[in-house]
Amino acid sequence: MATLSITRLRKRFGVVEVLKGIDLEARTGEFVALVGPSGCGKSTLLAMIAGLETVSDGEIRIDGRLVNAVPPKDRDIAMVFQSYALYPTMTARQNITFGMESRRVPKAEQDEAVKRVAALLQIEPLLNRKPGQLSGGQRQRVAMGRALVRDPKLFLFDEPLSNLDAKLRVDMRTEIKKLHQRVGKTTVYVTHDQIEAMTLATRIAVMHQGALQQFDEPHEVYSRPSNMFVAGFMGSPAMNFIPGRLSQTDGSAAVEIALDGGDVARLPLPYRPKRAPAGGQIVLGVRPEHLYRYAEDLKSRKGSLAKFEAPVEVVEPTGAETIAQLKLDAHEITGRFDPDGAPRRGERMVVGVDMAHACLFDPADETLIPREAA
Amino acid sequence: MVDIAFGSDFAASIRTERRRYMLGRVGVYAFLCVFAIIYLLPLFVIIANSFRELPEITQNGLIAFPRSFSLAAWPNAWSHFCVAGTCEGVKRNFFNSLVMTIPATIVSTLLGAINGYVLAKWRFRGSEFLFGCMTLGVFMPGQIALMPWAYILGNLRLSNSIYGLILVHCIQGLSFTTLFCRNYYVSIPDDLIKAARIDGAGFWRIFFKIVLPISPPILIVTVIWQFTSIWNEYLFGVVFTGGRQQPITAAVVALATSQMNAKAYDISSAAVMIAAIPPLLIYFFGGKYFVRGLTQGAVK
Repeated sequence: MATLSITRLRKRFGVVEVLKGIDLEARTGEFVALVGPSGCGKSTLLAMIAGLETVSDGEIRIDGRLVNAVPPKDRDIAMVFQSYALYPTMTARQNITFGMESRRVPKAEQDEAVKRVAALLQIEPLLNRKPGQLSGGQRQRVAMGRALVRDPKLFLFDEPLSNLDAKLRVDMRTEIKKLHQRVGKTTVYVTHDQIEAMTLATRIAVMHQGALQQFDEPHEVYSRPSNMFVAGFMGSPAMNFIPGRLSQTDGSAAVEIALDGGDVARLPLPYRPKRAPAGGQIVLGVRPEHLYRYAEDLKSRKGSLAKFEAPVEVVEPTGAETIAQLKLDAHEITGRFDPDGAPRRGERMVVGVDMAHACLFDPADETLIPREAA
Repeated sequence: MVDIAFGSDFAASIRTERRRYMLGRVGVYAFLCVFAIIYLLPLFVIIANSFRELPEITQNGLIAFPRSFSLAAWPNAWSHFCVAGTCEGVKRNFFNSLVMTIPATIVSTLLGAINGYVLAKWRFRGSEFLFGCMTLGVFMPGQIALMPWAYILGNLRLSNSIYGLILVHCIQGLSFTTLFCRNYYVSIPDDLIKAARIDGAGFWRIFFKIVLPISPPILIVTVIWQFTSIWNEYLFGVVFTGGRQQPITAAVVALATSQMNAKAYDISSAAVMIAAIPPLLIYFFGGKYFVRGLTQGAVK
């Protein structure tokens, strides 16, 4: 059963509609990430789930119960804020017990709960300190402790890692993942960081301009993005979009793209698209990691490898991999290459592209053209 | 040789630079000192006169360097001097002022804090407009409110009573206290309130457990402001009370103007000093908190 189910949810501020009919659900124990650029409505959606914003239209159900008009404290939820929102004059312990005191939980039970949560988050030595005496990561832990101590039906996280520095963010990300695996609570997690969404979530909801773009497992969202927005948003460096033409002969399909210097490359597809847009005009979506330096032995291992030639414009070695910009007819594409045999600036490189992972989009409405089942 | 010549030249230019800088500093300090003296002179004259003997004042003039010393004026002004037939000094009026100022300060500050909390953190349709209306009171001269207050106090049977003045000052002060507190509370992150709501705390629990504990900086400012302005207030005191009911500001003026024969400058001066001591003490001990609170934002 779904712990959280949202149907046709709308939110209007005056005449501005910030959420345009969202349908979403989180199964019990699931970790759902709401991801999207700032202003896409993800934080508003979370605030509505929490009961901090009113519902203009549609339904929110928690454990089957309609909660549209239920105040936040009666929704059986806990929330972790981006700013931590720790009460500045209270010690960490008082921060954690504040909610239980509001609910008149007996003192012995409170102590027990604090002990359990403090052990889980390893914050026992910090319990008598005030937020001002804690580092960013420690505050984050206390804020999570305050949420965990409730044992709620639903956990809500509002960009909890955004205020941490890069190193700590990665550590805390792992901690949150471990925590979720141990506690197993249904979680809704808002972030603008697609890597956080990919690493943490069991399902990702990508939002843009108040509408849900795709709601699926991370792997699906990454490899089969439902439209060009999702394709461009998930993954860094972003997916390359190359305008091309679909040519189909009796048995096979191929994409023709214009190269630097006016040549045309014909890239055979290992699958057949379900439909062909008018005039055969398509956008070819290729992730940077699916570009290789072409070699015959690679071709023998990856049957779907197609090749073309392109001059190398910029090379950026990052250590683990080398990012390079290659010039096509009208624009540049980005590739991630192994540092061994990485492209050199000025070189005309023979590039292999793994067409099995390539996506085709319809330029008219920017949606994915699905594949025909093999 | 050339080097050395250059070196001494350079040192000389540094010396001139420095002399010019020092002269500039001296100029600035002299300028500030002149103004400080101008501001402090009246205080000096009053203090000096409260310790001079009356004949010496009359002989040498009010503004003259003191040539006699006497403590007599102070007890006289405090408990013996006769104003309008009663001879008990300004003691009673001093206590009137205390009885008026302390509760009015506390009540208006608390109400201002609650108003500010609502206007900053529980916005509702029209709350900004309401706030605008309340702050208009900051710019409204007290004279405008005289007639309405006379009517209200009359109907409440609180005319010529220090309790009437308490009521007047509680209400008149609300504009300021609300403005101060609201502007301070606006800088408290909304997330704090949201977190508390999810934690099950209601309107009052959030106010007393979360908002009030982070309020001391602004409450100190408000209390100092209210205490001094209510204590120093004269217009309402003189209009709505008379004689033994008057606060000390009104009484001091009555004392200065009611003397038929020779003016008792020594006693007037001592009475003025008695009236000025509480606000002076407040500034003396609270001044640094006042400045700090005015310039400080809320919690980060």
